[in-house]
Amino acid sequence: MQHFIEFRNVSFRYREDHPWVLKNVSFHIGSNEWLAIIGHNGSGKSTIAKLMNGLLLPQTGEIFVDGMPVNENTIWDVRKTVGMVFQNPDNQFVGTTVRDDVAFGMENHGLPREVMLKRIEESLQAVGMSEYERHEPHRLSGGQKQRVAIASVLAVSPELIILDEATAMLDPRGRREIMETIREVQRKRSLSLITITHDLNEVTQADRVIVMNEGETWMEGVPRDIFAQKDALQDIGLDTPFVTKLAAELSGAGLAMQREPLNHQELLEDLWTLHSKM
Amino acid sequence: MSSNMIIGQYVPGNSVIHHLDPRTKITIIFFFVLIVFFANSVMSYGLLTVFSLGSALSTRIPVKYLVKGLTPVWFLILFTFILHLFVTKEGTVLFSILTLDVYSGGLIQGLSLSLRFFLLILVTSLLTLTTTPIAITDAIEDMLGPLKKFRFPVHELALMMSISLRFIPTLMQETEKISKAQASRGVDFKTGPIKDRVKAIVPLLVPLFVSAFKRAEELAMAMEARGYQGGEGRSKLRKLQISRLDIYSFIVFGLVIFGLFLTRS
Repeated sequence: MQHFIEFRNVSFRYREDHPWVLKNVSFHIGSNEWLAIIGHNGSGKSTIAKLMNGLLLPQTGEIFVDGMPVNENTIWDVRKTVGMVFQNPDNQFVGTTVRDDVAFGMENHGLPREVMLKRIEESLQAVGMSEYERHEPHRLSGGQKQRVAIASVLAVSPELIILDEATAMLDPRGRREIMETIREVQRKRSLSLITITHDLNEVTQADRVIVMNEGETWMEGVPRDIFAQKDALQDIGLDTPFVTKLAAELSGAGLAMQREPLNHQELLEDLWTLHSKM
Repeated sequence: MSSNMIIGQYVPGNSVIHHLDPRTKITIIFFFVLIVFFANSVMSYGLLTVFSLGSALSTRIPVKYLVKGLTPVWFLILFTFILHLFVTKEGTVLFSILTLDVYSGGLIQGLSLSLRFFLLILVTSLLTLTTTPIAITDAIEDMLGPLKKFRFPVHELALMMSISLRFIPTLMQETEKISKAQASRGVDFKTGPIKDRVKAIVPLLVPLFVSAFKRAEELAMAMEARGYQGGEGRSKLRKLQISRLDIYSFIVFGLVIFGLFLTRS
């Protein structure tokens, strides 16, 4: 099967005399898949994102994006295919207004003006920011700025979007906005999605999770299997969600769950059906 | 301070001058600045005054706002007038104040120079009053276009300008945040002798610069990730377009120039 992105034995370090940030990492992501990469600070997860669109190039190993090897000659095509949203809402807003910012990526790729106008409208609509088209960035909230950043990426119509800690600097409301926007966008357009985070609450909806620790892929699996390893996760410094902790306490108290609950809803269902099974 | 000063501030509006292409405005103002120095008779000054006041009024920016906004400039205009009134010693003595004689030449010189000064300030401030900074940037990029042949980095210059414009409010907010943070740590910005107050700016500037550099680095990364590779092969969303209005304005201005040379003595 053709993987959309493939890492083959990739190792990377920032400088010769620095320790390896990534050690012999291999993984892949299919088309339309939602992959979450989690890990604490310094686990190498953001480096993976930068390697994927050629902002960094690996010392050893190979990376393939849509069949193209990522190197000096292909980075511009790769960047058309892979869109990235960064952590700081302010430091990725280039335009003086929302529409100028959405246009920035398209201008870089030399799209004609008529196409730009059409796509600005479409992508702002997709993230629910149409009415802010003429707003300046300082009149928007952090969550709104990140939605514009997503729209800017969508406008170039990439096949993969990477969210590199895109919610880390937002308040809970902004976080919810972004996660909802992302889910909506992924449902409507056929897109692969990679969310990079240290917040386990954000990985529950992903199709697959990779846990990074000290530059290595430490675990890989569906969210439910990952959460089942809560003790091991805590050992490498990741905080498990409240529901997971509660479920662990409950089973410790003799209430055995039939599955690892991912959210409040599932835990609730398990609890009220529990009695009838006992 | 900033609320009173109108030079460099944009006032949204819907007038003819607001709708003119920024390149038209820059060109006309450039030539206006040149021809002001050719005026030398009452009639020619009158013509230029009518033209400038007419333009200012047509923007529908309240006169009160304009007059108030030029406050710091009024002082300079008055100063120019008084200086020339007393320093120039030509023509006949009109009257004398204490030991200073005022000559007729001085009066004429003072009046004409301060009027010139006033007209220059008024017309040039109309550009920024009726044009958004980003439109001015676009116009400059377009008008400097021919310099690309001499490898002058026109696109880079325009991008620098537009990014600075975009980050002014962000850095202002940041300055406020830092100054509050430092004030809460006991830095006093508002009282004490000037020397202390100037010194208090250091703990404000250092974090501001550090964060500005960090921002620049992240922004560069984000721009690259979005495919930025310089001006080559780039298209533009914002488009400048010469309309019929621009042609009419050039005709009117041409007539003013023509009139000026007719009325010169």
